[in-house]
Amino acid sequence: MCPERTADIELRLLVEGIYLKYSYDFRDYSGASLKRRVLQALSRFECESISHLQARVLHDPQLFSELLQFLTIPVSEMFRDPTYYQALREHVIPVLKTYPSLKVWIAGCSTGEEVFSMAILLKEEGLLDRTLIYATDINPRSLEKARRGVFPLEHVRKYTESYQQSGGVRAFSDYYTAAYEGALFDKNLIANVTFADHSLATDSVFSETHFISCRNVLIYFNKRLQDRAFGLFYESLCHRGFLGLGSKESLDFSSYADHFEPVVKKERVFRRL
Amino acid sequence: MPLTDRLPKLPPRRIDAVVIGASAGGLQALGVVLGGLPSGFRMPIAVVIHVPEGQASKLAAIFQARLKLHVMEAEDKAPLMPGTLYFASPGYHLLIEQDRTLSLSQEERVHYSRPSIDVLFESAADVFGEHLCGVLLTGANEDGATGLRAIHRAGGLTVVQDPEEALVSTMPEAALELFIPDFVLPVKGIHTLLVELERNNA
Repeated sequence: MCPERTADIELRLLVEGIYLKYSYDFRDYSGASLKRRVLQALSRFECESISHLQARVLHDPQLFSELLQFLTIPVSEMFRDPTYYQALREHVIPVLKTYPSLKVWIAGCSTGEEVFSMAILLKEEGLLDRTLIYATDINPRSLEKARRGVFPLEHVRKYTESYQQSGGVRAFSDYYTAAYEGALFDKNLIANVTFADHSLATDSVFSETHFISCRNVLIYFNKRLQDRAFGLFYESLCHRGFLGLGSKESLDFSSYADHFEPVVKKERVFRRL
Repeated sequence: MPLTDRLPKLPPRRIDAVVIGASAGGLQALGVVLGGLPSGFRMPIAVVIHVPEGQASKLAAIFQARLKLHVMEAEDKAPLMPGTLYFASPGYHLLIEQDRTLSLSQEERVHYSRPSIDVLFESAADVFGEHLCGVLLTGANEDGATGLRAIHRAGGLTVVQDPEEALVSTMPEAALELFIPDFVLPVKGIHTLLVELERNNA
């Protein structure tokens, strides 16, 4: 048997072991990218094989929390894809304004850039005070960063540009204070945000919501897990609730394709039927 | 002398997919490699060309206007279809899964690049093994060299654009420093090779 196939077997055993020991479920993650990240972790942790890594991870919870940083992909930006936020302003916000109170779910919020972007958008549209935002992720370290709301100053110029392109109506600098370590964002923005550990792979729906934004999370899932996530979103969304996905994600290949209709197809904004 | 005369004998095996990587000068080179491929051409082709992130890619539109193949920007979970040319999107790595569907990822850049040629090539090598053809064209960085070697190690067919001809030879040369590919050809020769491989498959 060639060594590549052996590595595939080891990879399956590793994610099974992680699931049994730590209840983190990577079994239905997209294989190619998961394998790549695990192989990177091997050299980082100086393991000669995935089996070696597995043995260490099972006996060392500290090492697992390090490995988790490889298995999740904390890549995020504020106002990423400004046209997505434009589409929200034009097509979603006007409908959301008709509700007396709102619940928004940011699923897979990573280090919080998108939470703050959404909060800024809602504030400018006069909705923030009557909105509860659930920001969830499986990586506790990412959630901790999100709660702090400090983002590297070197990225702020790009974020400012994106904010303006997204239809932002104020000076972006109104929202943060430049400090030594970075741009500290206004804590009032997240006064109504509940950050919580929630897994699209193992947890269930926790609330009815009006709008769910889940961007560049589902690309790491295989079809079965994507369908599970779409099922949760379908269950959580109120009748005619909105779902926003990442710019390269789609419902086309999912068994939930019939349960949603596109609102702005290009920006991946959908509505529950 | 017709180019096919200079090609070493083709391997007696089916080639199920083609992956191509290019950077600086790649658009023009790719135009020659793919130009005039017949509409009955069945091997799916996945391409990574380095393009600036954050800009909508026009690659699919540009090539659709010029080719008889079905051309599209790679979508997450889309099955790899015969006769289709896929371009990786700016800002996303493109990978191929064991079930022969496409998947995207936003992992760190590789050689400052996302999409990265190495990422596509390595994942494709893992899936297709000896039934893959990898092509590395002109470019100003080293992305793609280790990926092409991965294809070679998995038994796949490897092709490098002749550095003499490449607009920027860094990328082909980086591959040639790592291993000896099956073919080192000018872009016209690579075009002929693809046509021959398709004929070989029939």
